[in-house]
Amino acid sequence: MSAKPFLRIDNIRKRFGPIVASDGVSLEIEEGEIHALLGENGAGKSVLMSMICGMVRPDEGEIIYRGQSVRFNSPREAIRQRIGMVHQHFMLVPNLTVAENYILGQGSALKVINDMDKVDAKIRELSDRYALDVRPDAIIEDLSVGEQQRVEILKVLFHGIDLLILDEPTAVLTPQETDRLLALMGDLVKDGKTVVFISHKLDEVMRVSNRISVMRDGRVVHTVNVGETDARGLARMMVGRDVGMELPRSPSAPGPLVLSVDNLTCRGETGLPAVRGVSLDVRAGEIVGIAGVSGNGQTELSLALSGLLPVDTGRVVLNGKDITGLGPARINASGFSHIPEDRHKHGIVMSLSLGENTILQRYDQPPFAARGMLNRRAIGEHTRDLIKRFRIKSRDENQRIGDLSGGNQQKLVVARELARNPDFILVNQLARGIDIGAMEFVMEEMLKQRDSGKAILLISTELEELFAICDRILVMCHGEILGELPPERTRLDELGLLMAGKRADVVQPPLAS
Amino acid sequence: MEQVNQGVRENVYPQAAQALYRTLSQAAISAVTPIAAVLVALAFGATLLWLNGFDGTDVVTVMIFGSFQDTRSVAEILLKATPLILIGAGLCVAFRCSIWNIGAEGQLYVGAIAATFVGTSIDGLSVWVHAPLVMLAGALAGAAWAGIAGYLKVRFQASEIVTTIMLNYIAIILTSYLVTGPMKDASAAYPQSARLVREAWTPRIVSDMRLHIGILVAVVLAVALYIFLQRSSRGFALRVVGLNPHAARYAGMDVRRNVMIAICISGALAGLAGAFEVAGVTHRLYQNISPGYGFEGIAVALLANNNPLAAIISGGLFATLRSGSEVLQITSQVPQVLVLVIQGMVILSVVAFAKFRDKFRFVA
Repeated sequence: MSAKPFLRIDNIRKRFGPIVASDGVSLEIEEGEIHALLGENGAGKSVLMSMICGMVRPDEGEIIYRGQSVRFNSPREAIRQRIGMVHQHFMLVPNLTVAENYILGQGSALKVINDMDKVDAKIRELSDRYALDVRPDAIIEDLSVGEQQRVEILKVLFHGIDLLILDEPTAVLTPQETDRLLALMGDLVKDGKTVVFISHKLDEVMRVSNRISVMRDGRVVHTVNVGETDARGLARMMVGRDVGMELPRSPSAPGPLVLSVDNLTCRGETGLPAVRGVSLDVRAGEIVGIAGVSGNGQTELSLALSGLLPVDTGRVVLNGKDITGLGPARINASGFSHIPEDRHKHGIVMSLSLGENTILQRYDQPPFAARGMLNRRAIGEHTRDLIKRFRIKSRDENQRIGDLSGGNQQKLVVARELARNPDFILVNQLARGIDIGAMEFVMEEMLKQRDSGKAILLISTELEELFAICDRILVMCHGEILGELPPERTRLDELGLLMAGKRADVVQPPLAS
Repeated sequence: MEQVNQGVRENVYPQAAQALYRTLSQAAISAVTPIAAVLVALAFGATLLWLNGFDGTDVVTVMIFGSFQDTRSVAEILLKATPLILIGAGLCVAFRCSIWNIGAEGQLYVGAIAATFVGTSIDGLSVWVHAPLVMLAGALAGAAWAGIAGYLKVRFQASEIVTTIMLNYIAIILTSYLVTGPMKDASAAYPQSARLVREAWTPRIVSDMRLHIGILVAVVLAVALYIFLQRSSRGFALRVVGLNPHAARYAGMDVRRNVMIAICISGALAGLAGAFEVAGVTHRLYQNISPGYGFEGIAVALLANNNPLAAIISGGLFATLRSGSEVLQITSQVPQVLVLVIQGMVILSVVAFAKFRDKFRFVA
């Protein structure tokens, strides 16, 4: 490492209320490199980059740029120092032209209007040089997402930058557009620019970058040269957590088929395909895991199975009954329980009591309701029973669930979903954000459910969670199931490769040398 | 901090006493903040009046107590409280479902139109049939009018804030058109409808006072809506949809259906208020049948913290302020705009105090 790095981030901390986004991050970027920042959602990548480009101010720590300590109060100050960032969500005015977007907020209107020809010429020149295909008079809302991204990149080039930061640039792109973008990053570096890009896709990171930093829990945990590691090593660094968890369990005895998914396809929020032809079976008395780096279609898969996201093609059959696209109410009533990924969004209503949260699905069914009125006694008894059985730390059933710790909230969700006596339980991230005690408890509970003959599908990004309780593990990448493995720690390397999207026989050549 | 407090309490009080203590303290917090809000607003109002050269405290005293002179004036307050309680309680239901129905004024007008139609075009029914029929017509028309905005929301995601405001204009102008045109009383010089037949009038409580049974209906409905929201399955679903629509969908609740139900309930009560104004007070439809009850009802619900039971009290308070301002206009030189300013201050400080209460809840 050179004595004077181009950009050095020294022990930066940033909190948003109770959430620690950056927990003493340090990172060095060298001039003329492509540096990839890798990590799970919520690892603190975007916040860190926002602090470099002046969007967010750090609470503590120092940013040293070209040998000088800098502190930007706005993105404009950062641009003046030739640092520019392209955000995940584009910052363009949709009903203005490309050129108009570029001159927004740049000096007096009169001067700018006189210079419009020069602006157009400069855009054309840059567009030609990097083969960006951007016309200055195009109106933003007429452009595709990929085109808008090129407009954004050209915008920072237009303002003149040496350091380009890209926040998950490939998340919204098709594979062809991705290839084009990766090639562009190479061209920029050839012109003496430095590129930092955020991603959680291992394959593209391996293809273009010189160095890779892996972030976890608000810190950079590793920085490696691209030659020093491979996808499986990176996967392991990302998911981290080498603590082995051993739960006593008996071998599984799979019974009849309970859930069968056949060639399921659905689109995500952006309208791009998120789940592409997933087929899987879950039998009674087994726990099937789905491993994968987050953002590879797991969220959409679980939403589609539970009826919260429309299914494009394919079939979901539960207990011999086709439940494809039935909607949550009827799917819930078919012996389907769902422990959702995002507890606060889907799983609970924060300002309601434990009792009220317990009857979320059964609020109009006996014994909790009779003749249209809630039976408070029955709700209270049932909730107290769950609190006791699942050792949920709370005052009583009338306490607001939002006042409980995350672990206790999750226990209530698990308790509620199991109490509905389902045949099939869909779990997405069983133990996210909960303490180790609660984690072991809910895992043991899942094993008990398995032994009592339930079929369980556990989607998780935590390998330890999967190893601890699954009977077999499917690996999901880019919306597809790439393979199946037994839950043996000795097969971790294979698992890492599959999570990186690499079937053993296919190896993509790196683009950057 | 909470843990520590609880620990202490646990040692001192038995379980039941603890629960009672919590309930009472929560109730006290809930009650104290709106009262404090009103007092602060009145203090500001008095200061404002004093700056304008009036005896501030005196004027405020008249505003509150001036209208409590005799039974008759109390009856007049209750007459004004009727539409405010009805609309306020109805809006509590919509607001709890996170439906921002700003259109109670328009829903009141169409309720009044429907009531007038049923009250003038049918004759020969008994009062036991005709008077309730008029109320029903008003409620149904109000619900349907609100239902338009509800449908536009669930079908096209059109903001109900915009659509209900726009529907207000349509309803008010429609009323003007009807009383100057198709429904105009041919024998009258002024724009007004024909008089409702006697049997359609809302019965009075005491024959020589204008106060009609609408106040009883309003109180009963407010209590019923409170029970509906807190104790019924449907009310529970409405609240879940209002608090977290994602969780509602996850749980299998039909979000659109609940939205429609909530907005139609609020519209029905506003329409019923309109029916009472015509059938109980004026007995004819006029252009300005409502002096802004539909908008003041929003403040009533706000002050009540979206609790229909509390809307009875806050509706009564706003009615008192309204009556007080009329007394003021007669007895002193205070311009009515200053009275409106004080009412506005009540609303502002209620909002400010609501924020304060939310903060307090985490500490308590």
